[in-house]
Amino acid sequence: MPLGRGERGGRLVGDTLRHAWTIARKDLLLEFRTRTAVLSAVVFTALVLTVFNFGRDPTAVATIDLAPSILWVTFSFAAILALNRAFQLELENEALEGLLVSPISRTSLYLGKLVANLMFVAVVECVALPLFVLFFDVSVWRVLAPLIAVIALATVGFVAVGTLFSAMVIRTRFAELMLPVLLLPFFIPPLTGAVQATARLLDGRPLSEAAGWLRLLAAYDVAFLVLATLLFPHTVDE
Amino acid sequence: MRLARAGRWVTLVGLVLLAGVYLRALAFTPIERSQGPAQKIFYLHMPAAVWAELAMVLVGLAGVFYLFLKDPRLDRFAAASAEAGTVFAAIVLTTGPIWGKPIWGTWWSWDARLTLTLLLFFLYMGYLLLRSATPDPALRARYSAVLGICGLVLVPFIHLSTVMFRTLHPAPIVLKPSQPSLPGSMLITLLFSFGVFTLLYIGFVMQRYGLSLLREELAARERAAAVARGRGGGGGDGGDDA
Repeated sequence: MPLGRGERGGRLVGDTLRHAWTIARKDLLLEFRTRTAVLSAVVFTALVLTVFNFGRDPTAVATIDLAPSILWVTFSFAAILALNRAFQLELENEALEGLLVSPISRTSLYLGKLVANLMFVAVVECVALPLFVLFFDVSVWRVLAPLIAVIALATVGFVAVGTLFSAMVIRTRFAELMLPVLLLPFFIPPLTGAVQATARLLDGRPLSEAAGWLRLLAAYDVAFLVLATLLFPHTVDE
Repeated sequence: MRLARAGRWVTLVGLVLLAGVYLRALAFTPIERSQGPAQKIFYLHMPAAVWAELAMVLVGLAGVFYLFLKDPRLDRFAAASAEAGTVFAAIVLTTGPIWGKPIWGTWWSWDARLTLTLLLFFLYMGYLLLRSATPDPALRARYSAVLGICGLVLVPFIHLSTVMFRTLHPAPIVLKPSQPSLPGSMLITLLFSFGVFTLLYIGFVMQRYGLSLLREELAARERAAAVARGRGGGGGDGGDDA
């Protein structure tokens, strides 16, 4: 039976999302079975937080003044670490070639990798946030929901552009070095916005004061999600 | 070869005219009242800053067209433009602090437009590093196009976030909605300098474009020679792409 245009479009979107989920599930299953990568990332993040404690003069600088920077520098490092492994694992046994010849669109591949990376970073952040509260005695209970919203907004921005770049760097020399060099300039706008919003939240001020920054974060997410989805096929095709 | 040589001439003319800009700025343009002689550097700083940003725009646009047309000329142009842009960004980042020390009282300030130029410089460095780390020419062209396009989209975001962060910079006095508030003789010097910097950009791009053509030719010849050696029975180990 011939399908109407709307129906066909709907099926296309459905297929894309279903395939994306297949990719994401594959990656997450791999992570879950080995657990090495995510565990290393968690330990690394805890270490960065520890390093920050010694990277300041406790008699001169109050923790609360540094807290937003500590949180966001830690999260950026965690994101870079997660993104470095995103396509690295596809290099073994030419797995990427397998993915590219499978009947899955490039868009699904990108979205799947994006979701897997987001989950990976989210797990690391879920461990890092309580550790941050514990180590630096910052009370976040009152602002937990808006804080999580800010973290989610900025993380999507980090990972959207990071997933695109991680697909590129795997076929370059010094991939592990190349990714942060390319990626960190792109972290500046979401990082600035997230730090400003977090600072206002931890200060007990209303989130509406950071409305401009939240708009910037949202605009960045939308712009780079669309751009990365459009550009991704050019990074993997032979 | 011809292009690189012509580019060298254009650059030479540009450099001679640049001396003319200095001469006009120092001897025939009035000294600014509040900033004194330090303001003279503005005639270099501002045109370089404009070209540092325009070069990135051209890198991004060349990237967009490359992905559609797959024309290697676009990639060569983007690479040349990025190299010229790096030079201009470096000029901005050196002239800025020289002016900033007497006027702001500090070599460096995390001012919005200063930060933008610094990040632009990092973006250019990343772009050139990515190119040098990708041996395969077709892959290199595609990767740099993708990065160039992302850079083009990133620049307004950095601009916005750094302006929202804080700014110390003198407000624009030429490119603003109302009439330029620069006195006529200073404006003429500035426009003269801008023309010279445009010429320098063109000269730089022509030279680098010509050079990358030569490099490609050399690589092709080396490959052909390796193939010929292999056919002749010698144990040639194949061409080197790098």
